[in-house]
Amino acid sequence: MISMECPSMNQELFKQGAEARIYKSSIFNKPCIVKERFLKCYRHPTLHKKLSDKRMIQEARSLVRCHTIGVRTPLVYHTDLDTHKLYLELLPHPLLNDLISSLEAREQQSADITDTIRDVGRQIALMHDNDVIHGDLTTLNILVDIKSGDSYFIDFGLSSVSSLSEDKAVDLYVLERAITSSHPKMSQLFTDILTSYAQYSSKTAKTLNKLKEVRQRGRKRIMIG
Amino acid sequence: MSIAIGFEGSANKLGIGIIRDGVILSNLRCTYITPPGHGFQPKFTAIHHRSEIIDLLQRSLKTAGVDPKDISCVCYTKGPGMGAPLVSVAVVARTLSQLWGKPLVGVNHCIAHIEMGRHVTGASDPTVLYVSGGNTQVIAYSNRKYRIFGETIDIAVGNCLDRFARVIKLSNDPSPGYNIEQLAKQGNRYLELPYSVKGMDVAFSGITSHIESVAVKAMESGEYTKADLCFSLQETIFAMLVEVTERAMAHTGSQEVLIVGGVGCNERLQDMMRQMCNERGAKLCATDERYCIDNGAMIAHTGLEMFKCGVTTELKDSWCTQRYRTDEVDILWRD
Repeated sequence: MISMECPSMNQELFKQGAEARIYKSSIFNKPCIVKERFLKCYRHPTLHKKLSDKRMIQEARSLVRCHTIGVRTPLVYHTDLDTHKLYLELLPHPLLNDLISSLEAREQQSADITDTIRDVGRQIALMHDNDVIHGDLTTLNILVDIKSGDSYFIDFGLSSVSSLSEDKAVDLYVLERAITSSHPKMSQLFTDILTSYAQYSSKTAKTLNKLKEVRQRGRKRIMIG
Repeated sequence: MSIAIGFEGSANKLGIGIIRDGVILSNLRCTYITPPGHGFQPKFTAIHHRSEIIDLLQRSLKTAGVDPKDISCVCYTKGPGMGAPLVSVAVVARTLSQLWGKPLVGVNHCIAHIEMGRHVTGASDPTVLYVSGGNTQVIAYSNRKYRIFGETIDIAVGNCLDRFARVIKLSNDPSPGYNIEQLAKQGNRYLELPYSVKGMDVAFSGITSHIESVAVKAMESGEYTKADLCFSLQETIFAMLVEVTERAMAHTGSQEVLIVGGVGCNERLQDMMRQMCNERGAKLCATDERYCIDNGAMIAHTGLEMFKCGVTTELKDSWCTQRYRTDEVDILWRD
């Protein structure tokens, strides 16, 4: 049996997301990230347990599945459902969101990250071709290795497995909205991601047609005709 | 010194408000209430507004102590909302504008809720949760637009509550949501319901049809009481709303939450949001029923802000629209 260091030792709070606290720690003598889904006081305990269990299990499964098919994600080192802790590979890369913001601040063109954007589109296509739906595709859930330009996907808490073009289109729509609402001047980036997605995905036409449908769905949309 | 009068009638509330540079001089309201088990239909809501508006106008001017000649602009709700009620109120605003020789300002109803909420609570740059019978949106400001981060992809949260109130035959007086809130306080058995969050978007129609299908059976068998069902519904849908708001906050880095719209005066929703804010070291800004529920003062206040930036609506453009996105309006009065 493998003996394990007590992971609760020397944990350093790294980030607080919407539903989990992220600590830097180590396991098996390797640096790691601990993602702990903490108790949300506002939620009914039954509902909270249902959501936390489901999301943690789904996150671990999707990460493993992504790794198998070649989508860049952190490795899963260990899972502990009792304490709702997920031990993941530490990836020391900045967020795509911060990269875009710094380009915006310097009023630079998106040319600097062309390769990365293409890679993002390619990897989403790979995910979708293998029926992994991320569920929360935003620029805060994509890391970028500055040196290589490679992108990494994190936070699969809302992920699911589905072959429906509907679910894939909604996944893309969530990303589109995230980009256009937080980087209104850089909305071209989504078009670029989609171009790359179309190039690599095997079921492009169906998904993109569905995307057009999904876009019309928000309430109070202007309807012409 | 500028005075504005605002007319609101996009749903079942008819409201007239008079504002002098941010100071509310009057804010009267008159609600069309239907019997238990019934919703409000556009045609009859419009008839209600038409029959009440002149009396409400006279009382508003009297309460405010304002002479029509002192008014700078006449503001009305251009949309979104129900067609017939919107039009019945716009007719009055248009007529008064010509009668008094004052410019007309068409106001977006959602923007008015946000601006009134900011004005009353003093929130500077909040993440906004706008929840009512017809709208459910998570909104944040950037670059002269209120941008929609998340919204419902089917029905509004208030619509979900209203429909459920009809199923269990709760009174619509003063509002179905208020009666669900009161009854939920006596409930404690939690019935698991579908929970539907997609990124920052939410969906309620699945919950509505699920609870409709199990409600009657659960009550007849005595396993769950009416109160338990109200409790379970509130706990589930409010948890969804708080979750998407928190997601938007994580996205924008904002430390303030403002809740507006009719469902926003629900104290359980406010409590849950406050707990979420406390966990993050953020601040909750909420208002009471005077400003949460549709009212005329919010239209007057926002119309006056627009008027001061030089926006007026020509007579030929003074139509109404059922569909009017929050992110369509240029916010000229903010940096």
